[in-house]
Amino acid sequence: MVLQQALNALQLGSIYALIALGYGLVYGVLRLINFAHGDIFMIGSYLALFLAVFCRCPLWVVLPATFIALALLGVLIERLAYRPLRAAPRVSAVITALGVGLFLETIMLATVGPQPRGFPALINGGVYKIGHVTATGVQLVIIIVSIILMLALEVFVAKTRTGMAMRALSWDKTCAPLLGISIDRIVSYTFAIGTGLAAIAGIFVGMAYPVIDPYMGIVVGWKAFVSAVIGGIGSIKGAVVGGLLLGFVEIGAAAWLPSSYKDMICFTLLLLILLVKPSGLFGLPLQKKV
Amino acid sequence: MPRRFFLAIVTAASAALLLGCNRADVITVGLNVELTGSIPTVGKSCVNAAAMAAREVNARGGIALGDKTVPVKLRIEDNEDKAEGAAAVAQKFVSAGCVAMIGPNASRNAVPAAVVAESNKLLMISPWSTNPKLTEGKRYIYRACFTDDFQGVVVAAFVLKKLAFTKAAVLFDMASEYNKGIASVFKTEFTRSGGTLTAFESYATGDKDFSAQLSKIKQSGAEVLFLPNYYNEVPLQIRQARQQGFTGAIVGSDSWGSEEILKLGGDLMNGCYFTTHYAPDIATEKAKKFIGDYTALYGAKPDDVAALTYDACAMLFESIQKAASRDPEKVRAQLSVLSEFEGVTGAMRFTPGSGSPFKSAVVIQIKNNAFTYYDSINPL
Repeated sequence: MVLQQALNALQLGSIYALIALGYGLVYGVLRLINFAHGDIFMIGSYLALFLAVFCRCPLWVVLPATFIALALLGVLIERLAYRPLRAAPRVSAVITALGVGLFLETIMLATVGPQPRGFPALINGGVYKIGHVTATGVQLVIIIVSIILMLALEVFVAKTRTGMAMRALSWDKTCAPLLGISIDRIVSYTFAIGTGLAAIAGIFVGMAYPVIDPYMGIVVGWKAFVSAVIGGIGSIKGAVVGGLLLGFVEIGAAAWLPSSYKDMICFTLLLLILLVKPSGLFGLPLQKKV
Repeated sequence: MPRRFFLAIVTAASAALLLGCNRADVITVGLNVELTGSIPTVGKSCVNAAAMAAREVNARGGIALGDKTVPVKLRIEDNEDKAEGAAAVAQKFVSAGCVAMIGPNASRNAVPAAVVAESNKLLMISPWSTNPKLTEGKRYIYRACFTDDFQGVVVAAFVLKKLAFTKAAVLFDMASEYNKGIASVFKTEFTRSGGTLTAFESYATGDKDFSAQLSKIKQSGAEVLFLPNYYNEVPLQIRQARQQGFTGAIVGSDSWGSEEILKLGGDLMNGCYFTTHYAPDIATEKAKKFIGDYTALYGAKPDDVAALTYDACAMLFESIQKAASRDPEKVRAQLSVLSEFEGVTGAMRFTPGSGSPFKSAVVIQIKNNAFTYYDSINPL
C-alpha cells in the first residue's frame, strides 16, 4: 500500500516538477510569473495527440518533435507578448501572461472544440506486478524520463556557458549585459527550455491520464505554480522538490485521510511551509539592492 | 352606460375565446414544449409522442367520462426554450382552462413554469426534468422521469439484487451537486438494505489523478465500484482503477449516457453497467410496441423524451379516466395515488406528497463498444 502510493505520488510529482521548472526558469531570469505556462502545457498535449494520431509517430519521435515545436512557440510568445513589455511595470507583464493563456485556450476551443479527446497509448508498456505493487510501463517511462530531463537541466545550467549566462542574468540584470551577455538571446533560451519541458509534461499527462481538453492546463498549471513557490521560485532544485512534495502530499492526503479534505489538507500543509520559510524551501530571500 | 357595456362585451368575448379550450366535447391538454431555441429536437420528440398518445386514445373514441366518451385535444405552444416563455405558456393554459399541462422538458424551463402552474392549480407533468427542485413542496407538479438522486436508490438495488454483491465502493466528484447527490443517496440505500460500503472516496472537478483513492478502494476489498460521474472523467477513473489492480464490476449513472464515453474509454468500457431512463432497445412488451409504432409513424426510433412524454400522457389519461372528470382537482387526486402503472420506461407509482415517481430504471451494459439494454431494475 505504501509503496504503491509512493509510486503513484512519484508519477504525479514528476509531472508537477516538469511544469514547475518552466515557471521557475522564467521567473529566475525575468522575474515574470508566466501564467500562460499551464496553457502551453495543454498545447503540448494537443500537438502530441496530433503527431501520434495523424502522423503515426512513435513516442521517441513525438517527445523531441513536441519539445522543439513548443520551444519555438515559447520563444515566439516571449518575442511578441513579453519583450515589448520588459521595461513596463511587472504587473503589466503578468496581465499579458494571463491574456496569452486565455488566447491559447480560446484558440484551441475554436479550432479543436471543447469536447474532451482520447489520447492514444504511445507505448505498450504493459503492467508489472512486484509483490503487492502494480506499476505500468507508462508510469516508469514518465518517472525515468523526468529524472533524466531534470538532471540534464541541472548540468546545462551548471556547466554550459549559456547556463552560466542564465545564472548571471538571474543574479543581476543590470550588470550581466555589461559583461557581454545578450539579454534577448538568453531570455529566448530560457523560454525555449521552459516551454519545452512543459510540452514533455503535456505528453506525459496525456499518456497517464488519456483524456485531454482545452482547459486541462488550468488546474495543473496552478498546482505546478504552487510547487514552484513552495520549492522557492527561481530555483531549479526547488521546483523539483516542490513538485515531488506536492505530489506526495496530495496522494498521501487522499490515501490516508478522508479524500474530501484532500486539497484542504494539502494546501494547509504547504501554507505552513511558507509560514516557516517565506521564500520557499530553496529560495533565497529577495535582496533589496541599493 | 356605454363603457360598462363595452367592458361586458370584451369580457364575454374573451371568455368565449378562452373557453374554446374548455368545450364540453373535448378534453384539452396543453403541451408546453421547446420547439425553437437550443433543443428543438426535444420539443419535436415531445410533440410527436404526445400526438401519438392522443391519437391512440382518440381511436377508441377518447376517454370515458361517466356515460359519454370525450376525445382528447392537444394544444401545442412553443416556449422558445426560455424560462419566461415557459411561464407565459403555462399562464396561457391556465386562462384557457386546460385540464393539465405536459411539459416543459428542460429543468430550466420546467421550474419557472411549475411556479405558475402551482399558484394557479394547473396540473403539470414534466416528462424530462430531473432537477429535484421541480416538485419539492408542490401539490400540482409531477414528472414522468426519476430525479437525479433517485438513481442512487436504483443502483443500490441493482448491485444487491442483480449483481448480488454486498461490498461496494464509491468514487465521486464532491464539487458537483449531481454526483454528490447520487453518491450520498446510494450510500444510505445500500447500507440500509444490508450492503457494506467499503470505501466512500471523493475528488474535485478537474482532477486527473485518482490513483490514491482507487488504490484505497482496491485495498478495501470492494466487489463493485460505483462511479456516478460525468462521461469525460469516467474513462480515466476506470483506467486507473484497473491499473491499481481493481478487477471488480463497475457501475455508473445516466451521466455516462453519451457516445463520447465509448470513444474515450474504448475497450475498457466493455462490461460496465449504468442506469438511465430509457434505451431504444428495451425489451419489455409495452416498450417494444411503442418503439415499433413510433418508428412506423415518424420514421425514426423514439428517444428518451419521446418515451417519457408518452408515459406522461398515458399517466394523465389514466388518471382522467379514473376520476371520470375533467376537474383538475379530481384528476390530481387520482394521479397522486397512481400505482401499478406500466409505462414504456418502466413501472412507476406515486406516493401522496411527492410529484416524483418511484419507478424502475433501465440498466445499460456496454458490450462490444456499444450501449446494450441489459435489464429493468425496480427500486428495493
